[in-house]
Amino acid sequence: MSAVAEERNARAPWALTAPALMLFIGVLLIPLAMTVMLSFHDWGQYKGIEPVFILKNWREIATDPYYAEMFWRTFRIAILTTLLTALLGAPEAYILNRMSGRWKSFFLLVILGPLLISVVARTLGWALLFGGNNGLVNKLLMSLGVIHSPIPFMFTETGMVVALAHVMMPFMVLSVWAALQRLDPQIENAAMSLGAGPITIIRRIIMPQIMPGVLSGAIIVFSLSASAFATPAIIGGRRLKVAATLAYDEFLNTLNWPLGAAVATLLLIALVLIVIGSNALIERRYAEVFR
Amino acid sequence: MAYLELDRVAKQFGAQTVVDDFSLSVGKGEFISFLGPSGCGKTTTLQMIAGFLDPTRGAIRLEGKDLTAIHPAKRGLGIVFQSYALFPHMSAAENVAFGLEMRGVPRADRAERVRAALAMVGLAGYEDRHPRRMSGGQQQRVALARALVIKPSVLLLDEPLSNLDAKLREEMQIELRQIQRTIGTTTILVTHDQNEAMSLSDRIVVMSQGRIEQIGTPQETYEKPASAFVSQFLGKTNDFAGSIDRTATPPRLVAGSWSAPAPAGLNGAITVSIRPERIGFGEAGLSAKIVTRIFQGNHWLFQCESECGPAIVIRQNDGTAQPAEGEAVRLAWRPEDMSVRARASA
Ligand SMILES: Nc1ncnc2c1ncn2[C@@H]1O[C@H](COP(=O)(O)OP(=O)(O)O)[C@@H](O)[C@H]1O
Ligand SMILES: [Mg+2]
Repeated sequence: MSAVAEERNARAPWALTAPALMLFIGVLLIPLAMTVMLSFHDWGQYKGIEPVFILKNWREIATDPYYAEMFWRTFRIAILTTLLTALLGAPEAYILNRMSGRWKSFFLLVILGPLLISVVARTLGWALLFGGNNGLVNKLLMSLGVIHSPIPFMFTETGMVVALAHVMMPFMVLSVWAALQRLDPQIENAAMSLGAGPITIIRRIIMPQIMPGVLSGAIIVFSLSASAFATPAIIGGRRLKVAATLAYDEFLNTLNWPLGAAVATLLLIALVLIVIGSNALIERRYAEVFR
Repeated sequence: MAYLELDRVAKQFGAQTVVDDFSLSVGKGEFISFLGPSGCGKTTTLQMIAGFLDPTRGAIRLEGKDLTAIHPAKRGLGIVFQSYALFPHMSAAENVAFGLEMRGVPRADRAERVRAALAMVGLAGYEDRHPRRMSGGQQQRVALARALVIKPSVLLLDEPLSNLDAKLREEMQIELRQIQRTIGTTTILVTHDQNEAMSLSDRIVVMSQGRIEQIGTPQETYEKPASAFVSQFLGKTNDFAGSIDRTATPPRLVAGSWSAPAPAGLNGAITVSIRPERIGFGEAGLSAKIVTRIFQGNHWLFQCESECGPAIVIRQNDGTAQPAEGEAVRLAWRPEDMSVRARASA
């Protein structure tokens, strides 16, 4: 092959990826860089945004305990949501995987179907069922005398975790499902022939092998929950804020864009660090299973 | 008394009968092969013995006890799967130790038996390797050690060598045979490879479409095939249409211009089955013309067009002159080398 052709070949991948690369830079990297820059600008009630470089917003976030509490709440909700989806989603995927043909596809549709419905609609569904005195379930339980006052759901962290877990469940189920597909179909029979009972098989053979799937599902659910907006906005409103709803408020209600940008940037950095860190841990821990 | 006994076992999936009327007695220490084309029900039969499938009809007994009443985890059989089904998150030693652990063997004892089992399959020093970091042949050995370490009453092997390349497969065949001879475990091997079945087993069960075609030693099934299927499946063969004439005195068997005294029993239309290496070129016999002649080192392969249809002849390359292509020859064989069965007359 001539040197010219070789050079052209070397350039081809770049030329071919250029459009996607430009889109990536244009709509993701540039706005991101601008947001980071914005977080260092100044803002005043009357003077608006001033393009200077100061640490005012960052100092405010670092010193005011309000922000610490809000970030702590964000991650607490995300962690609890992740635990709930793992606890329910992993057995769900396992049971689903053991079902036969027709039932399997039917229940897979039931689990994945909600992905087609807007998060807003699904969260409003929870609000209609449990929201205050008028919530359907609350009314029913109260008329039956099971409870005397409505179960608190709106504006509570519990409500947010439950609604978020419902929204995030398909991601966990899919992730565990993918791990289950990699299992040798005879692996349970092999363990059984060696004398293992059903509990031992799940604990010693299945769980260790689907753990990477559970953990990667957990990373997806955690990062989506920590940065979720719609569900916390509907359940928590402006009373129970998380990082995403706070940033939104700063941008659109207070109009303090620089402070909102600082909150958003901090959330992003925290998430990236957590995801990269746990990913590295998982890969090291489960090197043998992944290979 | 039979050690393992299958009595008219059948398996249906819905309306489809996959195994039917399967009866077999296996002696203690015997090496049996289930041989048949893919989809003939070999795995299904093996899984019924293992307990992963319940027979629709029939009984399976081990030392006279009903095996189907025992949970698969309690049967104490050793099984090697086609995919090996090793536990990927455990090291070789942990894989082998698993069955002992389930049996509550004390730790020190366990370590010793695991080491011995791995050494037996030639994997001493590989204790801490994980399956995904081993070659196919090594994984195969771990699977074998894992099945044998629990001292199973019967060892079940489902196409254990089919994922290995030809050379490794041959090595493993020899090794498998030696190990089985040494420890004397009753073994059932499922395979679709006739060479594998013949070189390993004491007896072969030839299967077709869920039914047993023939049970016999490798030599019996090869030399006295009970059906057209068996003779076709076990190597190359020639089938010539012939007939038995009982009116002649003495009665004679005739195939084209070849004839011999008739065997007892049969009458009318028959099929003569004769292996290509048992046919010689003679003065009298089936007249044929040589179409192609292929030299294969230690033997010659002739494809002929005979008066009874196409014929294959294999002659040892013993230095004697061989007929050329296009030459007219007479094909002859000793009556005791052929097998004769009734033919549905056209
Ligand atoms: N679980 C099942 N449900 C329905 N049909 C099956 C099932 N398992 C096997 N079969 C059918 O039974 C037949 C024999 O299968 P198998 O015993 O695996 O054959 P072999 O091992 O000889 O290749 C095949 O036609 C297969 O399609
Ligand atoms: Mg099979």
